[in-house]
Amino acid sequence: MTVLDAPRQQGSPLRRIPAAMLALLGVLLALILANGLVDTGFFSLGQLRNTLLIAAPLALFAGAQTLCMLTGGIDLSVTMTATAVAYVVGSRAASGDSAFTAIALGFLVALVIGLVNGLAIGVFGVNPLIMTLGMAAIITGVLTVGSQSFLGGATRMPQIVLDLGRGTFLGPLPWNLLVWAVLGVGLVLLLRRTGLGRLVYAVGDNRRAARLAGVQVWRVETAVYVIAALLAAVAGILVGGRSGAVDLQLTASYLLPSVAAAVIGGTSILGGAGGYGGTVLGALILTVLDTMLTRLAVDESLRQLVAGAILLALAWVYVSSTRRGATRRRSSA
Amino acid sequence: MAQPPDLLEVRDVAKSYGAVRALVSADLTVSPGEIHALLGANGAGKSTLVKILSGALRPDSGTIAVAGREVRFSSPVDARRAGIAPVFQDPALVPHLSVADNFTLTGTDRAAVRPWLDRLELDVDLAERVNALPLALLRMLDLARALAHDPQLLLLDEMTAALPSDYADRVFAVMREWRDRGRSVLFISHRLTEVREICDRATVLRDGRAVDTHRTAEGSEARIVGAMLGERAARVDLPMAERGPAAVPGARPRLEVEELVAGRRLKGVSLSVAPGEVLGVVSLEGQGEDDLFLALAGDLRPKSGRVLVEGTPVRGRHPIQAIRRGITLVPSDRQHAVLPQRSIRENLALPLYSSMRSWGWISDRAERRAVDKAVEELEIDMRAAGQAKQLSGGNQQKLTIGRWLVGGYDVMLCFDPTRGIDVGTKHQIYRLLRQQAAEGRSVLMFTSELREVRIVCDRVVVLHDGRIVAEMPAAEADEERLLHAMHDLGPHDLGPHELGPHDLEPREAS
Ligand SMILES: Nc1ncnc2c1ncn2[C@@H]1O[C@H](COP(=O)(O)OP(=O)(O)OP(=O)(O)O)[C@@H](O)[C@H]1O
Ligand SMILES: [Mg+2]
Repeated sequence: MTVLDAPRQQGSPLRRIPAAMLALLGVLLALILANGLVDTGFFSLGQLRNTLLIAAPLALFAGAQTLCMLTGGIDLSVTMTATAVAYVVGSRAASGDSAFTAIALGFLVALVIGLVNGLAIGVFGVNPLIMTLGMAAIITGVLTVGSQSFLGGATRMPQIVLDLGRGTFLGPLPWNLLVWAVLGVGLVLLLRRTGLGRLVYAVGDNRRAARLAGVQVWRVETAVYVIAALLAAVAGILVGGRSGAVDLQLTASYLLPSVAAAVIGGTSILGGAGGYGGTVLGALILTVLDTMLTRLAVDESLRQLVAGAILLALAWVYVSSTRRGATRRRSSA
Repeated sequence: MAQPPDLLEVRDVAKSYGAVRALVSADLTVSPGEIHALLGANGAGKSTLVKILSGALRPDSGTIAVAGREVRFSSPVDARRAGIAPVFQDPALVPHLSVADNFTLTGTDRAAVRPWLDRLELDVDLAERVNALPLALLRMLDLARALAHDPQLLLLDEMTAALPSDYADRVFAVMREWRDRGRSVLFISHRLTEVREICDRATVLRDGRAVDTHRTAEGSEARIVGAMLGERAARVDLPMAERGPAAVPGARPRLEVEELVAGRRLKGVSLSVAPGEVLGVVSLEGQGEDDLFLALAGDLRPKSGRVLVEGTPVRGRHPIQAIRRGITLVPSDRQHAVLPQRSIRENLALPLYSSMRSWGWISDRAERRAVDKAVEELEIDMRAAGQAKQLSGGNQQKLTIGRWLVGGYDVMLCFDPTRGIDVGTKHQIYRLLRQQAAEGRSVLMFTSELREVRIVCDRVVVLHDGRIVAEMPAAEADEERLLHAMHDLGPHDLGPHELGPHDLEPREAS
């Protein structure tokens, strides 16, 4: 008992990878193989590049989502934030601002959105679902009105944004992969190696305990929603650069998958458990799956059905693997 | 004489959680009309056995027979049908639902609970939400709910651990009544005096094995401790002899509280704690003790009055303000302290990162050193270190204290700090508190286990109806005197006693 057993907890890094992660990795590999069978062209460089081009923004959106979900929240405004940023960058650049100014303005807008979300949720206790849904609606409204007035006229993405969004370096590797890799590593380190990361988990796991231990929960939440909005801004710039033009639907298709990727990756929607590693696998699984279904010319509604079914199946696996604790608490004489 | 079949017969039951062998071979027999104690150190497997007997967990192997017939429970409902109802170690009520809804949820007939609520003298509004109720009351509601199922065998997992003495007495009365009706109780507790007084027989588990069963009698504590702790027992000297140097007389108080009014129940409390002093607080349930501790910890905003540390007031509406001034809280309910899904390490290190200045890079080495030290001092069971919810109740409790050994403090407010902790470690914690005091820190300790006052405290104050009604040096605070004061029965005939340097104005008898 006691301290003598402590060293047993360490052990080789490989052994510490949770079984759930290995299972996800297995699912991903199986899907990739299946994809290769369906379409031998899947392993071509061009196709690989396309897959990664789609996966990178999704993984960024899902990263923002993971962060919020770990605190027990959610951010349903990530995709509209991204669209707003793309609008701002595109229209500022079109009206003659330098790429730097345009992008900086875009980030400024994201910062404001994140701050408003975070403060409303952290300080005023607005429910995150409602707050961010409302925020998404407000942004949609502003962009709709704005596209007829202050954001009106042509949008044109600066060259650097176009490069980031669709260009490649080193053969099939797209620039957006590099952006994602850097931010992804940053996010993993943030969660695992920094004080803020510890607090993100603590707040999601037991808010009252965090408070009694001296954690100012509102600050953590504000920081989280700001970081989420900034990640969304990057994703918006990447997606905008890929498509070259901006409209209200630019990133709409990413919203549900951003939540799904985090959930598939094992992040608890109630907070306190999970991480970005799983989310990345989740994002890749969803992307590969989508590519396959597209190849098979499955129509949109059936595709959603399949994605939904997979999500439910995984949710069931997670629930049943943690059920012992849950029923124990709920049942009782 | 023909023996009736045993009510419960457990043979060779084993249960592992992954690599952790919680039960290796548990044997237990409970006769009809018996109060049977189930004892063991933290992590010995008591709660695991209770969960198995109540159908919440399935054993890996072994047999269970009820009244001579072998049973296999696949759910709590099965166990209830067989006449077994549990009260689990942690409140099993859904926090954001009302009490009434909770009863409905578990299929408990409200009409059947009523008489038990009356019998236990619980004055509770069933429409009240569970998270607004104090822990002790929740435990009693759990008990009333179990009784309402009218079981043959009642399983009480550390039922009295969080209870003030008036509640505990009612529980004992009900247990005796149960026995007199020919029913049985399996009673888990770390308070051996209770065990000797109320239990007929005791079974001791050590590391998942039943190692001893015997009739309790005068002096069986030593035997129990020996069986529970094995070779560790030698290190427990039951009556604690050593005592740090008493608080320096005339020293300036570290913590001063002036006419503090807070919450619903705290009506005006003044006290002071010197550096190096352990001040005890005792009371019956609901005398404002919760509000006092939460207000001092900065979690509850006082309505009036002041809290001073080293002469300057503590302000603010968040616990961090108190923590910055060195005041830290071990809350009454460990569910308000433990991060259930996080590791032992993250649980213990939490206070290191609360301030924004420490949001950056974690120093792995410093963190590990601080955490390992706390783990060692408190002998925390590291077998299930990955998630705090997998720890036994006593080990979770240790996290709530250990957190502040890591975080550092000047004044620790601890509310029943040894709740659910086994005798061996309990003494270690007493020693730890004394040692912390000897190093100049101060402790304000609420305890529902009155004998702790003489073991750990220098001085004790008695709270009644939101005010302090008595104060005495710990040396004079035997249980009888404390109980007398707790019921506010007026000045006890103590003879003149020396008042300490920081004594308050004694309350005028009105
Ligand atoms: N869900 C779980 N997963 C892994 N290990 C567990 C789990 N639940 C309990 N354990 C482990 O099983 C062992 C026995 O735990 P149990 O709760 O039965 O102890 P206990 O005798 O009730 O102790 P206490 O007096 O502290 O309440 C402990 O080592 C604990 O860490
Ligand atoms: Mg237990």
